[in-house]
Amino acid sequence: MTETYKVQRWTSRSIVSTALIAALQFALLAAPFVFSANVVDHLTTLFVYVVLAITWNALAGYGGLVSVGQQLFFGFGAYGAIRLSQAGVPVYAALALGGVGSAVLALIVSSFMLKLRAGEFAIGMWVLAALVQLLVSLDPIIQGATGTSLLALNSFAPAARRADTYWFGLVAMAGVALLLFLLLRSRLGAAMQAIRDNEEAARSVGVRVQLAKRIMFVLAALGAGMAGAVWLATSISFQPNTYFGVQWTAYMIFMTLVGGIGTFEGPILGAVLFFAVEAAFGAEGVWYLIGIGAAAVGFALLLPQGIWGWMERRYALRLLPVGYVLKLQGVDAGRQHGFARRSVPPPPAAMRISEQS
Amino acid sequence: MSLLLEANGLVKRYGALAVVNGVDFRVAENEAVGIVGPNGAGKTSLLNLLSGAVPVSEGRIALRGAIITGQDAAWRCRHGIGRSHQVPKPFGGMTVFENLLVAATQGGGFIQHEAYDRAVDSLELCGMLSAANRSAETLGLLERKRLELARALATGPELLLLDEIGGGLTDGEALDLVEVILDLRRRGIAIVWIEHIVHILVKVVTRLVCMDAGRIIAEGDPQSVLKDPVVISAYLGSEEVV
Repeated sequence: MTETYKVQRWTSRSIVSTALIAALQFALLAAPFVFSANVVDHLTTLFVYVVLAITWNALAGYGGLVSVGQQLFFGFGAYGAIRLSQAGVPVYAALALGGVGSAVLALIVSSFMLKLRAGEFAIGMWVLAALVQLLVSLDPIIQGATGTSLLALNSFAPAARRADTYWFGLVAMAGVALLLFLLLRSRLGAAMQAIRDNEEAARSVGVRVQLAKRIMFVLAALGAGMAGAVWLATSISFQPNTYFGVQWTAYMIFMTLVGGIGTFEGPILGAVLFFAVEAAFGAEGVWYLIGIGAAAVGFALLLPQGIWGWMERRYALRLLPVGYVLKLQGVDAGRQHGFARRSVPPPPAAMRISEQS
Repeated sequence: MSLLLEANGLVKRYGALAVVNGVDFRVAENEAVGIVGPNGAGKTSLLNLLSGAVPVSEGRIALRGAIITGQDAAWRCRHGIGRSHQVPKPFGGMTVFENLLVAATQGGGFIQHEAYDRAVDSLELCGMLSAANRSAETLGLLERKRLELARALATGPELLLLDEIGGGLTDGEALDLVEVILDLRRRGIAIVWIEHIVHILVKVVTRLVCMDAGRIIAEGDPQSVLKDPVVISAYLGSEEVV
């Protein structure tokens, strides 16, 4: 090595911002003691949106797996919680396990869905979601389109239920976000981005494409399932048409596109914006939906990198960095304009054919 | 020199068309083999079969005597077969340095500081250190070609399959490239290099293979192959080319 270098993954600014975000999460634990019931309910809704946005972004923005069927896992998380609760599992454990159930379902369906490419995968996921919705509707407990309720939650006093559901949502959001952040900063995260950019080239540099896709797919399903379980805990009632509705994925796409696809911070910003827009204009009915759709189209055409993506490029903002920056000292600039004449180390002996399976 | 890679009876068909048709090919440790031939001869298709990018229709491939015909490109890379692509395929959403880190960690199995060292070394060798933090999608064609080579090197290959990496280089850059590849050979890396710029190819390779219509039509010492009337007729058109 003729140059000294260091690899920077954190800056002082990103350390401070990450610490502040972590501190905010801890501070939010106190919200049920401080804020009104209405605010606590709204914050719980926001947590659901954040989880949906960051997991869809991880799947599509980092993994290149554009799905319009993530409502499958949202609905299945809620359905699983109802089933487990009726089987006698304590209700909040049932809710958490419902989310895990979506991850298990994703692991199973990944064996055939991940063989599909691009548009086939996107539409195939939607079809699969509709199929599972029909199967869930056939469950006698669900009573078709009528649905059912998570009756076990009625044994809690309203204030206690609200606070417990809030904390469940907060922990689910923080847990999923932390898991994704660590994953995206890992070697696997970089491999996923390589697959997104060029699957053939990723394979040619040794990336286990199917394994990497499967991990991201399962993790995204875990997030959507947890979000569905939290939503069930807030509303108590479950109707297949609502929980398996494609509007959930439409929300995920909107939040990710507006915030900034392929950035870690963007979808969080997108979720906050969506939450604010819904609070301000949600009562407008169909015009609200038209406005949301028009905004999504506008961002896709005019600001495809989203608000955070634009800010990141304009101001080099990285509050939660997942990439690598090479800092060099003593670079011989004259050698930067051609192939330099020097040696690289020999190939390592440890990885050779003896590993063959 | 012991045999590193051996392929026998390779055939690749797309419907009724055989783009590679009964090719036997071998590379010894630390050997440098050049492949030439007219467009459509099956050179890149052969490289795709050797790297595992596409499955063979018939035939078998062995690495150090172990059959690897059924293994995919990722497996082959992790076991020492690196490659560059004729049309560069950068990871456009990542920086140049991150492109190499993926290769070093996934293909090379290097971890953390080993991977950083490997990536920096490969960047330096290919003259791309100053572009390390640039987004790969902003690179021009020549830089993309350098990135292809650097990324393949970062996987720590024993055998490097190069597909027309000299195309578009100036004479000076091409000579620098020759030095780089000779350096790789000195480090024990075997090379298979498809190239149309024959005069730089023959400075590196010790054996030359000429393909036409999916078959090998001549093979041996580079100067002998280039004087072969069959090669002149099918590819060169004139002995004056070299």
